[in-house]
Formats: sequence, structure tokens, C-alpha cells
Amino acid sequence: MLDQTTTPVLSVKNLKIQATSYPPGEKPKDITIVEDVSFTVQRGKVLGLIGESGAGKSTIGLTSMAFGRGGVRITGGEILVNGRDILKDSQSQLRSLRGQDVTYVSQSAAASFNPSKRLMDQVIEATLRHGILSKNEAKTRAIELFRKLGLPSPETIGDRYPHQVSGGQLQRVMTAMALCPKPSLVVFDEPTTALDVTTQIDVLKAIKEAIRETGVAALYITHDLAVVAQVSDDIMVLRHGKMVEYGATSQIITAPAQAYTQDLVNIRSELHSEKQENGTPILKIENVTARYKSVPINVLKDISVTLEAGHTLAVVGESGSGKSTLARAITGLLPPIAGQISFNDQPLPPAMQDRSKDELRDLQMIFQMADVAMNPRQTVGQIIGRPLTFYFGLRGSARKARIRELLDQIEMGRGFEDRYPAELSGGQKQRVCIARALAAKPKLIICDEVTSALDPLVADGILRLLLDLQAQENVAYLFITHDLATVRAIADKIAVMHKGKIVRYGPKSQVLTPPFDDYTDLLLSSVPEMRLGWLEEVIANAKMQAAGN
Amino acid sequence: MQGGHMSHAESVFMHPVVLLISQRLTIGMLLLFAVSILIFVGTEMLPGDVAQAILGQAATPQAVANLRLEMGLNEPALSRYLSWLWGILHGDLGTSLTTQKDIATAISGRLYNTLFLAFWAAIIAVPLAIGLGLIAVRYCDRWPDKLISGVTLATISLPEFVIGYILTYLLTVKLQLFSPVSLMFDGMSLAQKLNTIALPVMVLVMVVLAHMMRMTRAAILNVMESAYIETAVLKGMSPLAVITKHAVPNAIAPVVNVVMLNLAYLVVGVVVVEVVFVYPGMGQYLVDHVSKRDVPVVQACGLVFAAVYIGVNIIADVISILANPKLRHPK
Repeated sequence: MLDQTTTPVLSVKNLKIQATSYPPGEKPKDITIVEDVSFTVQRGKVLGLIGESGAGKSTIGLTSMAFGRGGVRITGGEILVNGRDILKDSQSQLRSLRGQDVTYVSQSAAASFNPSKRLMDQVIEATLRHGILSKNEAKTRAIELFRKLGLPSPETIGDRYPHQVSGGQLQRVMTAMALCPKPSLVVFDEPTTALDVTTQIDVLKAIKEAIRETGVAALYITHDLAVVAQVSDDIMVLRHGKMVEYGATSQIITAPAQAYTQDLVNIRSELHSEKQENGTPILKIENVTARYKSVPINVLKDISVTLEAGHTLAVVGESGSGKSTLARAITGLLPPIAGQISFNDQPLPPAMQDRSKDELRDLQMIFQMADVAMNPRQTVGQIIGRPLTFYFGLRGSARKARIRELLDQIEMGRGFEDRYPAELSGGQKQRVCIARALAAKPKLIICDEVTSALDPLVADGILRLLLDLQAQENVAYLFITHDLATVRAIADKIAVMHKGKIVRYGPKSQVLTPPFDDYTDLLLSSVPEMRLGWLEEVIANAKMQAAGN
Repeated sequence: MQGGHMSHAESVFMHPVVLLISQRLTIGMLLLFAVSILIFVGTEMLPGDVAQAILGQAATPQAVANLRLEMGLNEPALSRYLSWLWGILHGDLGTSLTTQKDIATAISGRLYNTLFLAFWAAIIAVPLAIGLGLIAVRYCDRWPDKLISGVTLATISLPEFVIGYILTYLLTVKLQLFSPVSLMFDGMSLAQKLNTIALPVMVLVMVVLAHMMRMTRAAILNVMESAYIETAVLKGMSPLAVITKHAVPNAIAPVVNVVMLNLAYLVVGVVVVEVVFVYPGMGQYLVDHVSKRDVPVVQACGLVFAAVYIGVNIIADVISILANPKLRHPK
């Protein structure tokens, strides 16, 4: 019998993971996704796995349950769970490992719950399946976990269906589901990435307290170093399936040894100091109120903001705050029911179809999902060339020359004209979208969450590019985002939106300086900071406030 | 207080399930009404004259004219349609031109026979198809899946009369298990009746099996891609439990729709099988009277078939609505 006190819960040695790729027109070939990764997780400890998308962190997390998504195979190394090599397990042994010794919390709880079963049945399913508790005991334990995780009406929330609770609550229910069978290891796979900051903090708090109280070990996977710094004891930095750096959290945050880790730690400092108002507004929104036909509620309520030529106005808010609706109102996709939008001192016709070609050209847009905003069957040259022909009638060599110029401006260089979007990385796709917007020589570009789907370092590059282009072309940005770090990095002015209203508006320095209104305060204090003990401080503050009330 | 009552009544009325089902029922009634017009216009446009057809080529013009008057054929089409519709609404489907019998009485016996046959075919085919679909999913792309797909595809590809004759040859001529014709008459015991319809039931099962089985397989496989299936696998559930407990409840709607379409086929589309086995059902009845140009019978049969078809599809819709937790348990 192995000594329970010293045997690590999870010990991974020289892990190698491969998959088969099927490039069109070529023979299938094996590609290596993860190579030579080793780590251990002790009882009650949390290891953070961090890296950008494609680093292999989710794949590594799932190997602790000997599970590979798609055609992913574990081809080398050894994985010991409580001292047992699970790669030698039979299928039925693996089934008894999964959901009993190791459990899993996924990024999208909304998709990970069966829509046609009540929450309670799903939460206690693994516990019953492995015969850990009786049905009544399991229910009692689940309710106790619901209470610990701060869910409203813990006694009855289990009777609901997944669509009847919010995303943040579902994420906590999923955590309860993972903890219910009393596992020795929980794999948290980006559990807060899909949530708003103010919701993220509640879930983080709940997860951290649950880990502490149950003494379970955990793998915490995320791309956000500031988040992982709050919950983990050790951190492993991964890149392209290989280990970059592995050490105690305090060492990684305060004294990173590798250049890549240093980049991650230093990300998104202020890139840009705010410009003074120069008094020539390019966009003036006055008392705009808008609503969708199907819902009898005003999504925008009496919005008034101005934006000067060559400046950046950041519109920040959580999902449902109305910030994207504001973009729809400005572009004329959703004509407002009241108020006026002026462009260059001229009132803009409310509906897009009534606007002139020049008015359309002056106002371009870049979206969050670059890959769905491009026609997959057009080359980069065709995508960028389309507005050149449409607005300026450019053809032939003139068009080609201008496309090259634009490609140079987005720092992509030659050779990309004949490529298709599918051949580009996420950051390159977004650059092409920027070039397409720039091709129209607009005075204003609306950027709707343009960096939200990108990895931090790539997002950083895009923000720097946008600032460079602003300096060259004197184009104004209306920058819609939920991410306050982005706002800090590039804004001149900030408008904070909440429930369809602007709750705070002004120059960046003013908006981000106390005294704050309640909502802005909550929003700012919810953004994870890249230092140890931040979450504890927030929890302590919240408790003090609650006691004060 | 009164306000509270009002809002309660309103919320019951506005429950999405109640609303959707009443919508479906209304649409179904309207559809049936539209079909009645189509049937009437369609039979009006048939070439030839009913009176002439009844009396034969040798009839004198005077006799034809008298019969037309007697049958009300000189009335305008609209008033004939309205009186026909009025009769139907009162349960009167009219009188057969050729046999002079009440159509409603004649149809009820035939319809009973057709439903009897359809019922037994369905009771075998539906569970069998869904069961085979589940097995195909469990062993997806392995030999049980391929075998099931191959066999069911073969049975659907053969025309039903071919299957009918092959089965007749094997089971009545070679093995002498059943009678080659499925004559039904009063006073038969259930066992005798079942023995009589065994062959047509087998043919019908083979014809409808593939469609339902493949839809079950496709619908469940589609659900198997979902993230919550991965959740179930990572809970250590057995493959069969993952399919039956997590995939099936979310695949009900598409499967029910195909099952209902096939049930409708079992009632409406069995003409060929009934003729092959000389089974006294609706199909036989319709074919007989089409050849005799007995317009009221054709109209009545058409309407009954349409009602069955629409009814079965409404049932499918209702089940799909009830199977959707978002509609059943609104926020």
C-alpha cells in the first residue's frame, strides 16, 4: 500500500500527446500536440496551467482522466493518479476513475449541462453511478455544496433546468457537480473565461473557498495569468505544447525567469496616454434611445457622447449593457426611436439605407469574430480589394498596389494576397479585417470587442497596431469592450454603460480616478490584478462591507 | 385581489406550451378545410360525366339528363361544395353512387381494418427501429451498425409488392405458415386475425423500418457531439447509459417527426400492400371506387386520409413541443 500522505494525487512524467491531421490533398500525418511535459500535484494543492490557445493546456488537463478529444492520443509518458498508472487501465477501470477520483469543470457550463434534465439529477449522477453515497445523502451533500458556493435558494435550485439559471450560477453548479463525488482531483478548464468580470469574481471566490474547505487538489487551466495567480500554489507556463516555465506562483509572478513568461506578466500596461480634446467632434450622439422590435424595453436610454477626430472613445460594459446596440444605432442597422447622431457636424440619416455612399464609407466596422466576418472562399487580396473597387473604383494594378500598401500597414507584408482566411492565425485574420476597414479611408472605425477572442499577447499586438494606424491616418475609434485592461491601454475617453445607460463618462484619467459611482467601482475592483493576495483582499472588503451594512 | 386573479388566468393562458398547441390545432383545422376544397375541386376537374359513367355508353341523353337532375349535378359547384361540407360537419359523408350505401358506415369498417393493420405494424416497427437505431449508435461505424444499415436499406429499396411476393413465396408456398390472402370477416378471434395479417404486417414493418431507424441514428449521433455528452462520459457513465440517459431525451423531436410520418404512411400509403394481400382496408376501398368513378366515395376517402395525416403530424408537433424543456419550463 502506498503512503497516502506522500503519494501525489497526480504525477505526470514526460507526457507526449499526438493527433492525426488530414491536410487536404496530402497523406494523413501525425502531429505532436504536447511533448515532454512533467508535473506533480500534491493533495490539497492547486496547479495552474497557463498558455495561449493551442498551447495544449486543455489537452493536458483531460489526460488526467485519460481522455482525448477528437482523435487525440496519449502516445508517451506516464500518468499516475494516486500512484496508479491510468494509461494501463482497462475501459471499465477508466470509467471508475472518471467522475470518482477525477472530475471536470468545463469552460462553458451552459453547453455542458444536459438541457433536458434537472440540475440536481446531473449534479448527483456521478456520485450515484459510483455508489459513493445514497441518493438522499448525495442530495444533502449537493445542497450543502450549493450553499457553500453561494448559490441562491440552495434547497430548490437543483429542481431547475439549466436554461432557468444564469451563466455564473451554472458555472457554480458545475463546480458543485465536480465536488459532489468527493474526488481527489478536480480539473477546472477555463471556468470563468466566458463570464463577465463582476460574475467572474463571485465564481472565483466560490471555487477558491470550495477548494480550501474540501481539501481537494486541482488543475486550474486558463489563459489569464492574473486569474490563475489568485487560486494556484504552483504555475506551469505552456507554449506550443511544451513547458516554458514551472514554479511556485510567487516566483512566476514576481520573478519570471523566461522571456515569454515576462511578456505574459507585463502585458497590457498603458500603451497610450490620453489626448486633449481638440474641440472638433467627428461623432456626436445626442439623447439616443433605441429598442428592438421584439422586446418592448429600451435597450439604449438617452445616450449622449461625443468623439473627436483621431481620438478613441472606449465604451465599456458587461454583456447586456447595450454597448453593441449602440454600435448598431450608429451604423444605422437599428434606427433609434429618439435622439440624433451627427457625423462631421452633419446629422446622419437614422437608417442605413438612407445614407449616402460617402457617409457609409466614412464609418467602418471591425468585429469580434474575424473568421466569420470574412468570406472563407475569398483570398485576402479579394477581401481587402473589395472596398477599394466599391468606394474608389480601383482596378487592376492600381488596386494591387493599394492592397500591398495596406498589407504593409497592417505589418503582414507580401505573399498574403493569395492566401485564404483559413490559412491565417487568429491575429492575422483580425489584421486583415482592420486592413479592409482601413481600405475605405474612414474617419471613424467602430471596433466591437476586436481583441476579446484573441490571446493576450496577440491582442496586445493588435492594440499597438490600431494605435499606430490612428497616428498615421488620424482615424477615430469607437472601441466597444468588456475588458477594462484594454480600455486602460488605448482610450482617450471612456463611457461606462450599465443596463442601457451611460453611468460614467469623461476623459480616461477622470473616469478611472476616484471617487467612483457604485457600478464603476464594482467593475474596476472586479478586474483581477496580477499580484498575490488580490482575491483575498476583495473577499475581505466584501465581507467588511456586508458587516457594515 | 382581482388583479391577482387576472394575472393568474393570463399566465395560464399564455403558457407557451398551451399557446403553441392551440396554434397547431387551429392550423390543423384550417389545413383540413383547405384540403376539403382541394379534394372537391380536384374531383370536379376529373374528365367525364358521373351520370354518363353510371348509366354506360348506351344510355339515352334523356336518361342521363334525368340522373344529373336527380343527383343535383346541375347545381353550381359552390352550392354543391357547401352542402357536401355541411354534411361532413354533421357526420354525413354522403351516399355511394354505385352501391347506394351510406359511405360513413362503409368506411368505418374499412378504416377499422386499416387501423388494425397499421397498429400492429407500428407496434412492431417503432420499437424495433428505435432499438436498432440505438444499437447502431452504440456500435457506430463498426460491424453491427453497418449490418443494420445495410439490411434496412435493402428492405426500403425493394418495392413493397416485391417484398410482399417474396414473403408470400417463402412463408406460404414453401413453409405454409400463413395464408397468402388476408381476408377478414366478422367473428374471427384475435389470434386468427393476427395470423391473417401477419404477412402484410411484415411487409409494412420492412418498408418503414429503415427510415425511422436511420433518423434515430442520425438524430442521436448529432446529439452525441454535444458538450454535455462529454460531461457524461467524464462522469464515468457507461456508453449505453450515455446514449439512453443523455442523448435520447434530446433527440426525441426529430425522431418523433419521422415516426409520425411513417405512421401516417401506414394508414394512408398502404394501398399497394392491401391490394397484394387482398386486405379489406381503406386502400382497397378507394381503388375500387376510383375505377367506378364513384366521386363521393373518393372524396370521403381523400378527406379521411387527409385528416389522419394532419392529425398524426399535429401529434408529432405536440410531442416535440412537450419534449422541449425550454417550452415546458419557461424562465
